[in-house]
Amino acid sequence: MSRNRFNAYQDHGIGIGLRIPHYRHIFSRKPVVDWFEIISENFMCDAGRPLAVLDDILEQYRVVQHGVSMYFGSATAPDPEHLKRLKTLVRRTNTPWLSDHLCWGSVDGTYTHDLLPLPYTWEAIERTVERVRMVQDYLEIPIAVENVSSYAAFTDSQMTEWEFLTEVVERADCGILLDVNNIYVSAMNHEFDPLDYVNTVPAHRVAQIHIAGHSKYEKYILDTHDHPVIDPVWDLYARAIERCGPTPTLLEWDEHIPTFDEVHNEAKKAQRYLDKHAGVLAESAQ
Amino acid sequence: MNLETLQREMAAAVMAPLTADEDMRSHAPDGRPMSEVAAQFIAPNSRLTPFERLEIYNRQYWFRVLNALAEDFPALRAVIGARAFEALSIDYLIAHPSRSFSLRNLGSMLPEWLVAHPEFCTRRHRLALDVAKVEWAFVEAFDNAERTPLTLDQIATLDAHSRLGLQPHLQLLVLEYASDNLVLSLHKEHMKGASEAGVKQEDGPIAPVQLPRLRRRSTWVAAHRLENAVYYRRLEREEFLTLAALRDGATLGDALEAGLAQSSKPGSRQPALVQSWFTQWAALRWICAQDIESLLNN
Ligand SMILES: [Fe+2]
Repeated sequence: MSRNRFNAYQDHGIGIGLRIPHYRHIFSRKPVVDWFEIISENFMCDAGRPLAVLDDILEQYRVVQHGVSMYFGSATAPDPEHLKRLKTLVRRTNTPWLSDHLCWGSVDGTYTHDLLPLPYTWEAIERTVERVRMVQDYLEIPIAVENVSSYAAFTDSQMTEWEFLTEVVERADCGILLDVNNIYVSAMNHEFDPLDYVNTVPAHRVAQIHIAGHSKYEKYILDTHDHPVIDPVWDLYARAIERCGPTPTLLEWDEHIPTFDEVHNEAKKAQRYLDKHAGVLAESAQ
Repeated sequence: MNLETLQREMAAAVMAPLTADEDMRSHAPDGRPMSEVAAQFIAPNSRLTPFERLEIYNRQYWFRVLNALAEDFPALRAVIGARAFEALSIDYLIAHPSRSFSLRNLGSMLPEWLVAHPEFCTRRHRLALDVAKVEWAFVEAFDNAERTPLTLDQIATLDAHSRLGLQPHLQLLVLEYASDNLVLSLHKEHMKGASEAGVKQEDGPIAPVQLPRLRRRSTWVAAHRLENAVYYRRLEREEFLTLAALRDGATLGDALEAGLAQSSKPGSRQPALVQSWFTQWAALRWICAQDIESLLNN
């Protein structure tokens, strides 16, 4: 189930985000890691050390690209230079699929560099679908759109976030990067049951799963990627695996980054859910 | 509200400056109460008003862009102090919000903008201009393109009418102080990265750093990259002027004339001097064939 046309039928296992504070460890110890996710924007330059580092990583590890500024939901068109550079990088990394967020963040050529939520409207669906299709056609690889954490809801919204996501991916015929931490954060901020979300997303389109930690404030939760994964998020992960089967899984840790081993060990906790799922399957086969 | 209007309204609100206490301002830049602006498109929940929900994004935006700028200009921040640097950054980002998908380009207009804005660094304005230039040159030298350089043999075949190109990562700087050394001593070399999270970083010291007494002294510097590391290299004035003329598209003959016209170096020593420049430039891989764009312009 997890191997599907949205992740190029790849069984990637458990990866972590490639982050600068870990470079020394990675190059000196060469740890065994199933795969690394890179932030595309950090490597969309012309030359220099970022690309040299990337080439070294590519020699030894599998890499999947994850973007933070394609803004599939922005009403104004993307910068052609952005697309061109992204395609150059795709050719370099040979990423089997590419993900970015179901959000917006720029308007009229000005960038907020944030992942801003969309109003869940038919107009937003049309715009987003058009953009995803265009990017997918241009890059010629499968695209997965990721659900974001959000702190605001719009008066214009006509449906739930999971209905919106489903509509977009079905119409654009693309994959989903299901971030179960983001589902949890948004569920708390918008007062819905996160299981309703996980239980209804089209499982056959889930190309990849993100897990991460967050920060809780008095009146809201912020998606800070600076903590271990909490139990309720692991529960959502377990349910997602139950529905989707073993799926390429990635732990995001972006602030107050601990040692490589700490991050990697946290990610590898996902294995017990994958094993449990495999056990259930084996049992039912007998 | 259609999608485009909503995004324009929300982006304007998110990018509006915060109060001194890092809260969202009560009024939008156009004078409307921000609570009304927010309620136009944002729904409340049981704990937060539309204003408070929008405020989360307003703060995230500023924390993120201010962090990014501080990462690119750590020496400027140290020279004028963290508080002045933040005030400067806010005014700069209001004038020049990001126009690029990458935060890498956020500070590209800062050295130029700072010329007309001495108010953030009165006592050290000229020095601050230098430092901003040196730090931005680092960003450009760090990851700009590298073209195939000409070899010394190829350079030997050139004549006075030849036009050349310089490496895109090579940045030529005229400074009023020897601020390249100052920046180096204040710079902890680091690489930058984008992430999904927008959180506020811990603050460093607020006050400007103590500096040794710096005397004004015209200084010519090349920031460039060699084997993926960025270096600042001092140039002689004549050498700088020649390179600058080449970069601007002058023929080799004209560039050398521009470089040596006001030189105090005796004419008899000039051929040897020029030869030593080219030997060094070739070793540093600085000299390329003219690129197609400038060929078309000429
Ligand atoms: Fe994520």
